[in-house]
Amino acid sequence: MTKLPTWADVVLVPVISLLLAAFFAAIVLLAIGQSPTQALTVMVNGALGSAYGWGYTLYYATSFVFTGLAVIIAFHGGLFNIGGEGQAMLGGLGVALVCLYLPMPHWSLTLLLAMGAAMIFGGAWAAVPAYLQAKRGSHIVITTIMFNYIAAALMIYILVNILRPDGSMDPASARFSDAVGLPKFHDIPILQDLFLKYDAEGALKLGKDGLPSYQRVPANVTFFIALAACVGVWRLLWHTKLGYEIRAFGKQEKAANYAGISSFKIIMVAMILSGAFSGLMAINNVMGQAERLLQNSAEGAGFIGIAVALMGRNHPLGVLLAAILFGFLYQGGASLGLETTIPIELRTVLQGLVILFTGALDIMVRMMLGWFFSPRHAQAKGAA
Amino acid sequence: MPNAIPAIELKGISKSFGPVQANRDINISVPKGTIHGIIGENGAGKSTLMSILYGFYKADAGEILINGTLTAIPDSQSAIRAGIGMVFQHFKLVQNFTVLENVILGVEDGPLLKSSLSKARRVLADLSREYELDVNPDALIEDLSVGHQQRVEILKALYRQADILILDEPTGVLTPDEADHLFRILKGLKDQGKTIILITHKLREIMEATDNVSVMRRGTMVGNVKTAETSPEQLAELMVGRKVLLEVEKGTATPGEIVLKVENLRVRDEAGVERLKGISFELRKGEILGIAGVAGNGQSELLAALGGIHAASGRVTFKGGDLPLTGAGANGRARRDAGIGHIPEDRQSLGLIMDFTAWENMAFGYHTLPKYQKNLFEMDNNAIRQDTEAKMAMYDVRPPIPTLAAKNFSGGNQQKIVVAREIESDPEVLLVGQPTRGVDIGAIEFIHKEIIALRDAGKAILLVSVELDEILSLSDRIAVMFDGQIMGFKDPENTNERELGLLMAGVSGGAAK
Repeated sequence: MTKLPTWADVVLVPVISLLLAAFFAAIVLLAIGQSPTQALTVMVNGALGSAYGWGYTLYYATSFVFTGLAVIIAFHGGLFNIGGEGQAMLGGLGVALVCLYLPMPHWSLTLLLAMGAAMIFGGAWAAVPAYLQAKRGSHIVITTIMFNYIAAALMIYILVNILRPDGSMDPASARFSDAVGLPKFHDIPILQDLFLKYDAEGALKLGKDGLPSYQRVPANVTFFIALAACVGVWRLLWHTKLGYEIRAFGKQEKAANYAGISSFKIIMVAMILSGAFSGLMAINNVMGQAERLLQNSAEGAGFIGIAVALMGRNHPLGVLLAAILFGFLYQGGASLGLETTIPIELRTVLQGLVILFTGALDIMVRMMLGWFFSPRHAQAKGAA
Repeated sequence: MPNAIPAIELKGISKSFGPVQANRDINISVPKGTIHGIIGENGAGKSTLMSILYGFYKADAGEILINGTLTAIPDSQSAIRAGIGMVFQHFKLVQNFTVLENVILGVEDGPLLKSSLSKARRVLADLSREYELDVNPDALIEDLSVGHQQRVEILKALYRQADILILDEPTGVLTPDEADHLFRILKGLKDQGKTIILITHKLREIMEATDNVSVMRRGTMVGNVKTAETSPEQLAELMVGRKVLLEVEKGTATPGEIVLKVENLRVRDEAGVERLKGISFELRKGEILGIAGVAGNGQSELLAALGGIHAASGRVTFKGGDLPLTGAGANGRARRDAGIGHIPEDRQSLGLIMDFTAWENMAFGYHTLPKYQKNLFEMDNNAIRQDTEAKMAMYDVRPPIPTLAAKNFSGGNQQKIVVAREIESDPEVLLVGQPTRGVDIGAIEFIHKEIIALRDAGKAILLVSVELDEILSLSDRIAVMFDGQIMGFKDPENTNERELGLLMAGVSGGAAK
């Protein structure tokens, strides 16, 4: 197979894969008697057409950045961490415990504590499969999947038996106090101006107190932490001894031993870091949005992270872009459910197609492009 | 010439992979009933040419004539039908099948094996008698020696009625005795009218076994000569394109004090089999101790144990202190910190991370050195890159591009990266495994010079190689290993290949311990 030029590999392959996914999504829509163009318009308008839409898209993207980064850290170490979902649930538990029992006078201090707790809980949940892999050779893919189920069961037990407030029927914790709520985009000075409400005449809508009122969106300061995390993971993997060792181990385990890199240490550290980043996602959804711990708080973001990492070519920048794409699919899919008769489940189909074409069938696109870039093709073109 | 129509004629064969032209307008004619050698450095295009002949690749241009008829060979099935058989360097045998089962694999007569097996048994018996190719047809492949496995490969080709036999580097894994036997078999096949193509990088084998020889350099055929009318020096010059010193220039050693003392070293593999059965030797400053032996007799385990990669028992004293042989203290980095460098046998799976760039590889194993750190957290990637540029210039690594991935360098240049890294770290003891395996002649000369220069600087070198020529020309003392033990120590001035060959085969000489 011809090696593609870098620009084609990085830009052309994902774009063509996406177009293919869109093409097949259109066929599915036609098959259920819906208009693909209308669906696309609704999705784009709903997710990207307004500051309000972006406020949701970026909220979802923030979660996916964390779980995507988690997958790539482990993957560079040659470990396939499927357990992001469970690690994110445990991270949520850590966040909830801090917010419920250790609230600080200022939200930023609580946030620091909550981040620490999320990373420790998520990391610890990943540490057990890591240990089993490093010491017992139990395959990490199997054990991390099993730990997702264990995490789900554990969360139900804790929510129902321990954290559920008296008298509540909901398997959920009590609501966090207002003091620990994270600033949303509509609370942040300057940024909030994008979310001002206007009335039909185009004049500012004022609240009862005479101040302008804002559209409420779930995107919050965690988004900026996610951006910082991308930079951090990039520095970690390509600029530190630890990153060097993780990548060397991931490429050639045998050679890593020759260089004196301990496989036990790398498996443990890479997985704990991976679990910590999965756990960190909880500050976005649990602390930033729900403001209490719900059952199934991760909502599948742990699994989306795998697709995001695949599509992002295991690079933090790619993860960021892919996370925004999946945020668009999530929010756009929700708009479909609200504004059209297309069932909301269609977004699962869309995600499936995107994952199929960008992840699994990506080699097919590469082969087709390879033919275009092959010297023989260039010669044939020159001769014609 | 025995026959006017050549068995194989290649006309104007060209093949390129992207921008790399692997074969350029190759013309070659192999007369029937001869042994034809093809010699060339790594990457000269020998394997590509043979892969085209065997149907693995399709040539971009050119014609293949078999016995005078134009033949298209789109796949290996067609090659077999055209009477071509190939014996690969790495055998393609099913380990837990018997010899018979391997021979009929893919050419069974019908769904039931019984008739195929009994037919094969008859044919095999005839072939064995005819060509001195005796193998027990009911033996499992995994129980056979490497030499016997190779015979099975030859039998497989003959059973498929091959008239033309291609052997790719067939002696790499054989003892000198087994190699001699192979050449006797090949002569027998030739006498029966078979045509043989022998691909090798060993000049001695070309001189010994072939009738004609073709020399390849950088994708082109630079010479077709009768073996009787040429010399090793002339062939080497053709291969490299300049005069080459085949003999290593080396002054006498001035061994100093003992720096490494190995006593009763034992290693068990994962399956619990003892691979190293009590090895003892001493290594002095300023000497090269060569370890000769057929691959797989414990040399790899010896290097792994001393290099801290594999746990071992026994006692190893280095500069007066005990080296830990098990546990956390026994790892590659601890050995390097102590002053033991290691050029591993297999650079592609151990010595280098093939996907890493040259500069990342130049720090491999040394990535924790203070000079490569920018601060407490970050590595100083720029410093490593500069360091790499300097070392690439010193060791003439081509192309001298630190950001190129290791896998994109030729074998010789990959090895130069490893050699530069390990020698420039200035070790007290350097463990060297197969320093010139898959390395072209030009680079071999260079690497040998560097090893001798290190010895002359008063360092101790343990050299493991399956190339007897290399052991004989570099070593100041030779230890021969067989079945995890040292069969004896020899002085390279007072021994020869025959004597070493016997020890390598496990036949104790008078001097064995």
